[in-house]
Parts: sequence; C-alpha cells; structure tokens
Amino acid sequence: MKQNPAAAAASYVLLTALAFVMLFPLLYAISGSLMSAREISSYPPAFLPSQPRLNNFVDVLNALPIPRQYLNSLIVAACVMAGQLITSILSAYAFAFLRMPLRNLIFGIFLATLMVPWEAIIIPNYLTMAQYHLINTYPALILPFLAVGFGTFLLRQFFLSFPKDLYEAALLDGSGHLRFLWSILLPLSRPALAALAIWSFLSAWNQFLWPLLVINRDEMQTLQIGISRLQDVEAGTAPNFILAGTVLALVPTLLLIYFGQRHIVRGLTAGALRG
Amino acid sequence: MTALAFVAPSLLLFSIWIFYPLVRSVYLSFHGTDLFGSPADFVGLAQYQQLFTLPNLRDTIVRTAAFAVLTVVPGLVFGTLIALALQARIRGIGIFRTMLATPFAFSVATASVIFQIFYNPGVGVFNGILNIFHVHPVGWLTNPSTALYSVAIATIWLQLGYNVLVLTSGLQGIPEEIYEAARLDGARAISLAFRVTVPLLTPTLFFLLVVNTITALQSFGQIHILTRGGPAGATTTLVYSVYLQAFAFGSTNYGLASAMALVLFVIVIAVTAIQFGVLERRVFYR
Repeated sequence: MKQNPAAAAASYVLLTALAFVMLFPLLYAISGSLMSAREISSYPPAFLPSQPRLNNFVDVLNALPIPRQYLNSLIVAACVMAGQLITSILSAYAFAFLRMPLRNLIFGIFLATLMVPWEAIIIPNYLTMAQYHLINTYPALILPFLAVGFGTFLLRQFFLSFPKDLYEAALLDGSGHLRFLWSILLPLSRPALAALAIWSFLSAWNQFLWPLLVINRDEMQTLQIGISRLQDVEAGTAPNFILAGTVLALVPTLLLIYFGQRHIVRGLTAGALRG
Repeated sequence: MTALAFVAPSLLLFSIWIFYPLVRSVYLSFHGTDLFGSPADFVGLAQYQQLFTLPNLRDTIVRTAAFAVLTVVPGLVFGTLIALALQARIRGIGIFRTMLATPFAFSVATASVIFQIFYNPGVGVFNGILNIFHVHPVGWLTNPSTALYSVAIATIWLQLGYNVLVLTSGLQGIPEEIYEAARLDGARAISLAFRVTVPLLTPTLFFLLVVNTITALQSFGQIHILTRGGPAGATTTLVYSVYLQAFAFGSTNYGLASAMALVLFVIVIAVTAIQFGVLERRVFYR
C-alpha cells in the first residue's frame, strides 16, 4: 500500500517541520556550544556559529568539576543498574517459576511500591542518610534505588512466556535454580534485560531532586546538578559555556536512545499497567 | 521456601527505603518540628489543618493541578498528532521516528538549562523570534502571569519524546486488516485517523494519561532550574513547596513538609484511582 506522490510530498513537508521543532533545542544547544560568548549574546540572536570553535568544551572540562561529576554519574548509574537487574531477576524468577507461601500478599507488596511517589517519602529517607552519616557519599545516591517493583514486573512478564517444559527438564537434569537461571533463562531473556538495563540507567542518570538533597560538595555531585549550576558558578557565565556542558551531559543518553530504541519502547510500557 | 530467599533482597530494600519512610512520614506529620529539625510535641492534625486553611498553601494545591492539566493535555494531543504523522508510508520514516523521539534523551536538567537560555528576556531566542514578527518581548519566567505556562512549555516538550515513543509503538500494534477494511468502506485518511486509529489507540492514551499525570504532579527539576518556585510563588507546586519547607534556605520544617508530602501521596493515589474508575470504562480494548 503506497501513498500517491502528492500525499508523500505533503508528509515529508509536515514531518520535516515537526522534526525541526522537536529537534530545535538539541540543534540550538550544539550550535550555541560552538559559538563565542559575544556571538551567542548578540541581538538579534544568532542561530549558527560564524566560526565554530571547540574552546567552550575545553573550558568546561578545565574550569569545573564537570569531569569528576561525569564520573560520579556513571558510577552511580552503573551501580543502580546492576543492583536493579540483580534484585529484579531474582524476584521475577520467584514469581514466574517458584511456589511461594503468601504469594498474593508478597505480590501485593511489590505492586504497592509502584504507588508510592518517591517525592512523598524523600524527607525520612534524607533523615536516614543524615543519621548514618551518608551525606556526600556514593551509597546515599545508590542504596535507595537498588530494588524497583517495575523491574520485577517487566521481567516476570517475559519469564512467564518461557516454556515451562524447559524449566522442568532443566531441574530434572539436576541443575539448581541459579544454574538454570544463569545458563538458560538469562541468555534467552536478553531483550527484556536490555530494556530494564537501559531504563534503570536512564532513570538513575537523570535523577535531580535526590542528589540535590544528599550531596552538597561539588566533587561528589552528579552531572545533572553540575550542569544546572554552571550559571551560578561564575556570575554572568555565558550561555555558550553552559551549552557545552549540557551537550556533554547529553552524549550518553543520545547514544542510548539512538542505538537502543527498540529495547526502550518495550521497557517503557511493559509492566507498568499490564503487570 | 527457596522462593522467599529470591524475593528477600527486594523486600528488604523496599522495607528500608519505601515502607518505613512512609510510616515515618506519618509520624513526622503529626509532630511539630524544633529548630534543629527534630520532631517536637504531638500536634495531631494541626499541620494538615494549616495546609487546607492557609490561603497560600491552598493556592499551591490548585497550582499543582493546573500545572498537571497544562502539561498532560497538550502532551497527549501533540503526541497523538505526531504519532499519526509518523504513520505515513514514505521512505526514511525510521529516521523521522528517531528524530521526533529525541526529547526522550533529555533529562529534566538538560532540557531546563536549554529552555532557560531560550527564555532569556534580553538575548533569548524566543523573544528574538517574536521580534521578527514585531511582537513585544515576553517576560517568560519573570512575569508571574506567564511563568507557569513557560515552565509547562518546557515540560510538554520534554514529555513529548516519551509520548511519541509509546504512541508509535501503540500504533504499530494495530493490525493492517483493520485499515484495509476501513479503506474498502471508503474512509478517507483523516476520518480513518480519527474514527478508526484513535479509538484503537485509547488503551495507549489511557496508559499515558495515568503515567503523565503522575509525572506532572511530581515535577521538580524544571521548576527548580527555571524559576525556583517564583516569581512571587507563581510556580510553587506541592513538591516544590515540600522542598522549600524542608530543605531550602536552611529551613527544616520536616513536620509540615511531611504533611504536604503525604497530601501529594494521597492526591496521586486518588487521581490514579479516578482515572481507572471513570475513564477506563471508555477505553476500547480489543
């Protein structure tokens, strides 16, 4: 079923216009990060750099704890991702394959966690961190996020579609649960694991309120807070400099969505309502 | 019993970081707070009473609702229109699909930092564009009557990446035969879109309505970066108000802030329940 040429041309025009609007903030950020301070503050505004320059990136990386904050964010997001994968795999396995006493109650507890907005319990969690002297540490940024109900539901859904015969055959063969999990189930569940991994990484990488509360030293701060503070660091810091930092912060997530898009879509919708 | 060992790590973490804090929030909300942030005398429901009687706190709740409507409705409408446009059968549609989902790569912080530069009253791009059309400059973030809309615009853009991704995958789940049948009936493209495609898309739209509303009610980063809740409190939502009471400028009013946080919790649950109770019946599940 093909469209006629006129309809196709109209589609191209419409989609190009939409793409321009949706991409405008990204295009402007890249363009602005290559401008001089004078050019980006000119009036009327400039949209393209007359002489593209990379100095802004060098300045951002030199003048500020941005590289350290980049590393902090990578460490935190990687640990949260690993933790969520492990806890979700274990509990999803139990819900999909094992007999469990009080199964419905425990399933209900997992469901209930999805209902509690993090913002609603942020004060006691902050007080816990303060009480155990974890302010300004990695554990403060990682520990509360090591388990997530969403991950369990996403993986459980996938595990349930797994042929029960294979599971029974493996156990008859004498492999233990962990052996079956590691050598048969997980290799066959790569798409679901990729979806959860990307989703975990993105949500940890993008956190804003929590690091703002539990970290108050620049060198322990995450990148998201770091770039939002570029304007406060030196009064009157020019936008070209701020945009260079922003573009650097966008690199990992742009790569993730451009190369992992088909996994992302699965992770976005599964589990949440169809759990 | 092995099964319990497998769920134990998650259950332990949930108890420490979700259920215990929930109970502690209730405790904090029933107690006053001393100068050092420790719980003081038991005050019962006094802090909740304050919440619903002090005019500026009541305004905060109304503003939070307004912000949710201002972001969720346009996000769903534009998201649907973009997803429908992406149904065109043309060469290179995959590239457009990726380009139109780009905001999804942005965090609240990266999006807000860029929009803040757009909104700059003097040299910002938005006023620059208005100037081309001889429109007077707008005090996007500095005028109390426009600030909430400006924060909403940035939020809508950010949310659209997610919505487009989800709606596009929802559309791909609609079987081709349904279109064929509708075409044979002589339906034209536009009426096909609104009579056939959109009704079949209602489960996805309903999912997005629930998820987007919850996200909007919890918005924090864009408000913090763009306006700090100002000017004159014009963008102070419930979550931002919790932050101001408990953490900003050395304030440690954990008691009142906990009461607000629990009100937020109840609102989120109530709105979700209402959406399920009222709207889900109108969703067209195949």
